[in-house]
Amino acid sequence: MSASRPARPRRVYDVAVVGAGPAGMAAAAGARQAGAERVLLVDREPETGGILNQCIHSGFGLHHFGEELTGPEFAQRAFAEMVDDGLDVLTDSFVVDRDADDELSVMSAEHGVLRVAAGAIVLASGARERTRGAIRIPGSRPAGVMTAGLAQHLVNVRGLLPGRRAVILGSGDIGLIMARRLTLEGIEVAGVFELLAHANGLTRNIVECLDDFDIPLHLSTTVVEVHGRDRVEGVTVAPVGPGLEPLLDRARFVPCDTVLLSIGLLPEAELARSLGARIDPVTRGPVVSSTMETTRPGVFAAGNSVHIHDLVDFVVEEAQLAGRSAAAHVLGGSAPRDNVTLVPGENVRYCVPHTISTDREHTVYLRVRRPLERSWLRLGDAYEKRLRYVVPAEMVTVKVRPRFLEGFSSEALRVDVVPREEG
Amino acid sequence: MSARGTIPREVDVAVVGGGVVGCAIARALSQFELDVCLIDRETDVGFGTSKANSGIIHAGHHSASGTLKGTLEWAGNQQWGPLADELGIGFERVGDLTVAFDEDEVATLERLRRQAVEREVPGVELWDGPRLRREEPNLSPEIVAGLFAPSTGVINPYEACFALAEDAVANGVSLLLDAPVHSIDVVPDGLALGLPEGTVQARVVVNAAGLGADRIEAMVGLHTFDLVARKGEEYLLDKRLEGLVRRIVFPCPTPTSKGTLVIPTFDGTIMIGPTAVDVDDRDDLTTTSDGAAQVLRAARRLVPGISPGDCIAEFAGVRAVATTNDFVIGATEVPGFVNVAGIQSPGLTAAPAIAELATRLVAEQGLALSPEPSPVPFERCPVPVRDLDGATRAERASADPAFGRVVCRCELVTEGEVRGAIRRGATTLDGVKFRTRAGMGRCQGGSCTWRVMEALSAETGRPVDALTKRGGDSWLVLRREDPMIDGATS
Repeated sequence: MSASRPARPRRVYDVAVVGAGPAGMAAAAGARQAGAERVLLVDREPETGGILNQCIHSGFGLHHFGEELTGPEFAQRAFAEMVDDGLDVLTDSFVVDRDADDELSVMSAEHGVLRVAAGAIVLASGARERTRGAIRIPGSRPAGVMTAGLAQHLVNVRGLLPGRRAVILGSGDIGLIMARRLTLEGIEVAGVFELLAHANGLTRNIVECLDDFDIPLHLSTTVVEVHGRDRVEGVTVAPVGPGLEPLLDRARFVPCDTVLLSIGLLPEAELARSLGARIDPVTRGPVVSSTMETTRPGVFAAGNSVHIHDLVDFVVEEAQLAGRSAAAHVLGGSAPRDNVTLVPGENVRYCVPHTISTDREHTVYLRVRRPLERSWLRLGDAYEKRLRYVVPAEMVTVKVRPRFLEGFSSEALRVDVVPREEG
Repeated sequence: MSARGTIPREVDVAVVGGGVVGCAIARALSQFELDVCLIDRETDVGFGTSKANSGIIHAGHHSASGTLKGTLEWAGNQQWGPLADELGIGFERVGDLTVAFDEDEVATLERLRRQAVEREVPGVELWDGPRLRREEPNLSPEIVAGLFAPSTGVINPYEACFALAEDAVANGVSLLLDAPVHSIDVVPDGLALGLPEGTVQARVVVNAAGLGADRIEAMVGLHTFDLVARKGEEYLLDKRLEGLVRRIVFPCPTPTSKGTLVIPTFDGTIMIGPTAVDVDDRDDLTTTSDGAAQVLRAARRLVPGISPGDCIAEFAGVRAVATTNDFVIGATEVPGFVNVAGIQSPGLTAAPAIAELATRLVAEQGLALSPEPSPVPFERCPVPVRDLDGATRAERASADPAFGRVVCRCELVTEGEVRGAIRRGATTLDGVKFRTRAGMGRCQGGSCTWRVMEALSAETGRPVDALTKRGGDSWLVLRREDPMIDGATS
């Protein structure tokens, strides 16, 4: 090993944004608008846009652009709107970690290992799909069992087909979208099987992707065995009892050569974890303040790397805030620190952000544990709001205004979603 | 299906079976001036029983005295150190603890300790409760004593197969894959093996065919042993548990099995298993909910901190157990036909010693063993990028940009490493995965599968719809049949 190694290239930025999907683009834009001069946007894929590039269906952008766009259209518009000339974009580049000098180490074919010093970082690395191992489906391990997202990439980006007859396990949105997509490609979809008694995807996707194409949705049913030595030959499915235990006496064989898994997304929070940010065991993403700052000062996060969103429009909103906050961290002028912790109470799985400040307005996102026809959303004793139909699959958005919390003096604010009697 | 590799017409030795034992034998023979071919029905070496091995190099005090297993175990253990070093195989002597929950089991530990003394296995000590808890605080408080053996190690079994086979090939061994042997005929001066696309005539055949060894033997009209297929399920736990135990933890052994273990693997994940269930179908690689429950129960009895939610992946393997419950190694009444069969645990440990013994048996068939005058030294795989420091990573990436492009983000594997693995013999997704770890991480290939397919296609010149997960009919994608496009081009 020679004593004089070539110095690794090094760049200095005000804000470095990791991930150039919708969250990353919006965060970079937010940082620029808030006055950050040197902003880096880095992504491992050859193109910006993240997962939107493979979502060729429409339904994006109703809130943000006021019209219905496909994923690639949304990505392109977002890029045009948000990414200006003052921004450095590095694609085909992977952020490995932060080294002992507190600099990000970015690997790429073009630059080798680039060191990036940044005054603030925004993590916008999106999510990954849960895999077969996470739910331990018994049976053999043939080719043809894949996540719905991988199948989506193969079909929409590569123009290839994952198989001829598919079973979809889990009723997450990607699985529903793929049920329709495969049908349009001439692949027979034998059914969508969901362990729980309610679907995991958006209602509009159940209607538009399954009902309109006569694809059966089997609730309270799961795959109990995968068959096939080399390639999938079929699955055994069985209904489940009240404790979700499979009722094997009612099991049946469904022939197929492909099994798509749509069993949930997990925030890609490895970088946050390695930077020392606290992780919420429920969301599996970093704990964030009302400025989208993690528990590591100067490290912000947004989008699906924090919690799983249903709509890209909310991702954009959240990420612009993170970008603005990151700029403020570098330039000075940060907002007052949060003084209230949100505590998920009855029928609330989680709230993001995890803390808020009583001096300004916040958008709080939350998810319920179980569906309710009519309910109250309650913030401690301070505020209540009527909600109509709530389901775990659809994120609830609440504006929390300073006046709601006037006179509120505790440090913890309990958030409940409780049944509401008609009256 | 067509066999891969050039079929030589005549060889001195044909080794049937490319598991760790066959690979070790082929490599041992490659050090002599012999024409050798190594034949396997699968698409890669180590894709049978070996791939699902627990990866333990045993200390040699567990097997019963007076057995071939017992004799070869300790010898193999001693040979793995230098061998792993030479071939760059991940291997570490982490030591093991066999634990006792009551006085009867303490008596068993005492018997094992005496066995260790007899076999001159060094450093084996009986630890009392307080010592155990100091060394391994996460063990169950109900464990009263443990037998510590420092020379037990963990190894990556598939890495061992790849490296042994590669070294053998570098030294002149012909490797024939996707090549199930369908017949063996006794011919003058040897045996003729019928393969999918031709015949190999060998003066000596070494039957190291694992689960197929009885069928191979039957092809020359012999029936000298019976095999039972014994399935084992293994469960891999999330890396967050790294360090939960530092040593391999064994329960007290029973007559049929070493039991369910807690294994800190070489790669830093904790693996629990295996089960031991006799199965009729030798291709039965299914995992079961009973197996999962049994492994978790047994593992939690040893280390209560393990929880079901920690499982990230599971797999099963089937080992070939001879009904004599010992290895079946020796010449037969058919001249030139040598059995190396029934290699159950501790087969991986014993493999280098089995190879030595097999080499002697080959010589006894009348082949002269003159050392290869100019052996080709082994070219070790480069150190994985994930194990390099930043400066060395930068050097490697500036020398070859492919080492800067990350293919697998979970395990930090670069395109340079994936292409390297393909050049060294990987032809399938699993071949790349077991050589580089691309696809072994927490996303289980969700994000790297396509990139690996692209690299496989680019390096091998095969279209992506001709690629497989692990050979045979394990196809990955289909080409879209588009009548518009087809109509336009025809």
